[in-house]
Amino acid sequence: MADADSLNLPMPLLTVTDLRTYFHTRNGLYRAVDGVSFSVERGETLGIVGESGSGKSVTCYSIMGLIPQPPGRIESGSAMFDGVDLLRCTPKVARSIRGKRVSMIFQDPMTSLNPYLRVSEQLIEPLLIHEKVTKKEALVRALAMMEAVGINDAASRIHFYPHEFSGGMRQRVMIAMALVTKPELLIADEPTTALDVTVQAQILDLIRKLQRELGMAVIFVTHDLGVVAGLCDRVQVMYGGRIMETADAMALFHSPLHPYTGALQRSIPALQPKGKELFTIQGLPPDVSKPIPGCAFAERCGYAAAVCTAARPELAEAAPGHFHACVRVRAGEISLADAPQP
Amino acid sequence: MSENILELRDVKTHFPIHTGFLTRKQTGAVKAVDGVTLSVRQGEVLGLVGESGCGKSTLARTILQLVPTTAGAVILNGRNLGEATRTELKACRRDLQMIFQDPYASLNPRMTVFATLAEPLLVHGICGPSAVQAHVDELMRIVGLAPRFAQKYPHEFSGGQRQRIAIARALALKPKIIVADEPVSALDVSIQAQILNLLAQLCREMNLSLVFIAHDLSVVRHISDRVAVMYLGKIVELGPAADVIDRPRHPYTRALVSAIPVPNPSIERSRQRIVLAGDPPSPINPPAGCAFHPRCPYAIARCREAVPALVSAGPGREAACIRLADLP
Repeated sequence: MADADSLNLPMPLLTVTDLRTYFHTRNGLYRAVDGVSFSVERGETLGIVGESGSGKSVTCYSIMGLIPQPPGRIESGSAMFDGVDLLRCTPKVARSIRGKRVSMIFQDPMTSLNPYLRVSEQLIEPLLIHEKVTKKEALVRALAMMEAVGINDAASRIHFYPHEFSGGMRQRVMIAMALVTKPELLIADEPTTALDVTVQAQILDLIRKLQRELGMAVIFVTHDLGVVAGLCDRVQVMYGGRIMETADAMALFHSPLHPYTGALQRSIPALQPKGKELFTIQGLPPDVSKPIPGCAFAERCGYAAAVCTAARPELAEAAPGHFHACVRVRAGEISLADAPQP
Repeated sequence: MSENILELRDVKTHFPIHTGFLTRKQTGAVKAVDGVTLSVRQGEVLGLVGESGCGKSTLARTILQLVPTTAGAVILNGRNLGEATRTELKACRRDLQMIFQDPYASLNPRMTVFATLAEPLLVHGICGPSAVQAHVDELMRIVGLAPRFAQKYPHEFSGGQRQRIAIARALALKPKIIVADEPVSALDVSIQAQILNLLAQLCREMNLSLVFIAHDLSVVRHISDRVAVMYLGKIVELGPAADVIDRPRHPYTRALVSAIPVPNPSIERSRQRIVLAGDPPSPINPPAGCAFHPRCPYAIARCREAVPALVSAGPGREAACIRLADLP
């Protein structure tokens, strides 16, 4: 039956349902991710955008099993990757998928490479663990990967230590390490945030090129809407541990529906006329240590009404593939199209 | 109005490199700032942009004399800070204040907001102990913090609020010029806009000059009157902010502007981009001639021969490139 289903309607590569990751700390319970559901198709690029503390990184860490437990705990939810629930499978099954079919790159290439090991040893490690190959064979493949990510003179530089590379080169090494097993899904957690813009442009081009060649799906986490605009097929906006809006990149940028997406877009200085006062979102991000009964953004939202704090809004489909979680937009009471454009 | 409050004349800040254990010899120098000439007018916001390692933070620290200048002069209000004695320098610092990038690191965690803001007032004798409270309340109100928070410690505030405290501290002595080193880089977009609005408003209302350092060109374009682009310790382009960023002349500025992703998928996916190869070179051993020539798509043999000087490139604009006239 599963076969028939997959023939008619291809299953997404990854389906996350109602993920809740809470942190139990001395100062209370932090609801870092609070009921998040989404899916990623094969070969697709999904952007996850949000401010710090919106739960975008914790979502990825939960999928990869990198949440320190305690204090963290995955309270509920599932992450089905090709028929296997990554959150509930045995550690052995999880190990056979993580690092092989799903891999991850991190924000800071300085702290996520082992400074004591040569790059070559770190690059061949996933191959030695996941594919029964000899060290020699692994080294040949690692070398090919180093060349694919654009490191000149790879044959000699593969034996260097991480500190001998610059920031941009180190991020390339990380990408090579993540891709050496030819994963089906790459999770990139702000991979260019620590880099200069000229180097960021190189790394984004590289991810785009490798994705085309390997046909892998990418989850790209960032706070930079500009990066998302150029790279992602679909974008998901997070706030206070919840998804506010998810849509095709074009639809999200040109006709956002949720007030938070609109506000986020309007606060980018590049889109505002020079010399004018910048548009700001009043107030501070929500305190996720207290339960938020209604919409997480209600407190700062210019359109908030009593209905917004009464009950938690669910994601609803407004147009094919375009979901948002705003009760007032759904009821037709407000529309961002009427808002004064910056 | 157009009087220069701060002038930098061919300022160089080099950090010596020593080798040897018993016989320490200087074997080289990191040329962090290597010949910068700039001026800031009263009430003007000067943006300073460049990639990491280009020397923009060192330049900020040099202006405040937090690191000694190797050569050249930093002139504040007609006085050369390099030649001032310690007492004179302390008096000069009243007019010259700094805001740092990381509000988590630049505030003393063991001092309350009140203590942080009162200290400069008392050290410089701006007011007596009895009037301090009123002054601190006023400062907090200026930066948009409620005076009732005065007895709180930095850890009780968010990043944006901490940056407001840092701004209040810089304003305490009523300076004429503030040097802000990446003041919004550590903040989220929505908070960043609040701090930028505050800085712009303060400059306008107090006729304050601001040297605003950032790597984010869109932020600099928004707040600055003029912008200086740095590469490897030198200024490569200088001019009115919107002009330089919308119509860059120097090949490096062009690449820098082109590398910024545009938050609009229709434009971002169709535009032509210049992607530079390689990383910025080392300031210990900069390339001969124009430091940008190894990465420059327009480089010719002559670029390797001499360091190009800043030459006029349109009204109020300067750029350091010998091929300005030949460029498309």
